[in-house]
Amino acid sequence: VRMRSRIPVILLSCGSFNPTTNMHMRLFELARDHLHQTGQYQVIEGIMSPVSDKYGKKGLVSARHRVAMARLALETSDWIRVDPWESEQNTWTETVKVLRHHYEEALRAFQSQEFMKNKYPTGSSTADSLSCQQPVLPELKLLCGADFLQTFKTPNLWKEEDIKEIVEKFGLVCVSRAGSDPSQFIQESDLLSEFQHNIFLVREWIQNEISATQIRSALCRGLSVKYLIPDSVIAYIAQHNVYTAESECRNKGHLLQPLRPQNTPINPLRD
Amino acid sequence: DPDGKTEVVLLACGSFNPITNMHLRLFELAKDHLHETGKYKVIKGIISPVGDAYKKKGLISANHRVTMAKLATKNSDWVEVDDWESCQSEWLETLKVLRYHHQKLLSADVTNSVQDAVPITKLGRKRKQESNRHEPVKKKNQSPVVKSVPQVKLLCGSDMLESFGIPNLWKLEDITEIVEKHGLVCISRAGNNAQKFIYESDLLWRHKNNIHLVEEWITNDISSTKIRRALRRGQSIRYLVPEAVRAYIERQRLYGPEGEDRNAGLLLAPLQKHASEPGAHGLHN
Repeated sequence: VRMRSRIPVILLSCGSFNPTTNMHMRLFELARDHLHQTGQYQVIEGIMSPVSDKYGKKGLVSARHRVAMARLALETSDWIRVDPWESEQNTWTETVKVLRHHYEEALRAFQSQEFMKNKYPTGSSTADSLSCQQPVLPELKLLCGADFLQTFKTPNLWKEEDIKEIVEKFGLVCVSRAGSDPSQFIQESDLLSEFQHNIFLVREWIQNEISATQIRSALCRGLSVKYLIPDSVIAYIAQHNVYTAESECRNKGHLLQPLRPQNTPINPLRD
Repeated sequence: DPDGKTEVVLLACGSFNPITNMHLRLFELAKDHLHETGKYKVIKGIISPVGDAYKKKGLISANHRVTMAKLATKNSDWVEVDDWESCQSEWLETLKVLRYHHQKLLSADVTNSVQDAVPITKLGRKRKQESNRHEPVKKKNQSPVVKSVPQVKLLCGSDMLESFGIPNLWKLEDITEIVEKHGLVCISRAGNNAQKFIYESDLLWRHKNNIHLVEEWITNDISSTKIRRALRRGQSIRYLVPEAVRAYIERQRLYGPEGEDRNAGLLLAPLQKHASEPGAHGLHN
């Protein structure tokens, strides 16, 4: 009996990470467990991609800080890393473009790995000898919470063709709270229903809704956030005085970059 | 303390099987709340894991539970673990643990007072004065050596508060002494039943000024039961418990499927004890 190879998966999480909380990191752990339990996937990497300052969200502190805090938060993880590429771009980048970038990177790494294996076969790994002659290409999936999925409905926020590319070419791993069930939302959309085989719904039974907004609010009030975000991040915030009443007013009154006129798509998601 | 604030020590009793980020949050929330009233200064937090004699289903050895709690608090500058309760061979009522820690503070206080005392009164008399001091001391003609002893308040979630209603679990006189002489700091989720529960009990209502209800706005349902369940199923518990605790559980291979069967079928110690005892148990009305 030949062992079927699992499909390697990379999970990509896009967001403000303002700051990174324990909940952001839990999403990765939950998604990984879920995909492994299907028996079909092997999660090989997790990538946290903080959004660029150009996103223009209220209270968004500089990417330099947000990347540093994410890095500190992920110190104890051996499979999740932070990638600053998106934050370093001059303009705000659509999520689908971030996915494409990281997929190209992953392909490149995969191809050079295969090239090296073929050039210098070691014959060491059993998995290699048992897997079929065609090595399995990695898949890149977008990791998100249910609220992210809901934003597909927000007028003018997403281009329909982008949503299609995300669910068709890449795939979504969507983590939701015990009480809520996004499957209805998916059923109500023709587009999402068509690709529901590529939308993985993960139930988070251990509720842990640590919103970054609440964290920032607590910090401004001098309240403790210990055990909600890593100690190293708390220390960083204190040392650099990251969150203040002023920082919370940043971008106040401004429109989110994707909603600005030059970005307005012609056909928002409408089913 | 010099500002006229009452010093408070928060005591949390429980299984801590294992300790989670939620347990640790209770302390932080309680401290913030008491400080915001302007009347209290929280000087210490104590985690007191229950002894093995409690006989709760799935309760692993106290040694492990105490060790994990210590690992969890090594980065805290005010919360510590006390293993006195866990070392007792028989199960102890929560009130006894409260009294023990209160007494410990009294003795420490007398020792401190003696050390910097100007010998005005006899030692015996001073001790007698202090043991009756439960009210916050007002700032008037205080001699430098006599100060009020910190209050020890029981820190808990609303589940413990509501467990006062479970038949035979608590002695009525114990509940009375807890809320009368010590006090409760009860953390609960927004939209909970704690206020209603207090309203529906004459005893609790009478002492409601000594029951501090703190609302936890950040939903945080990290129960030890769920942690154990996740571990049995090979699921990750990262970021739900301190990293050092997670690593310890992994190294020691704790909470495998067999672990949950411990004490299965046995009656919880307080239920067993009170079933054979005369006297009122639990809240009535």
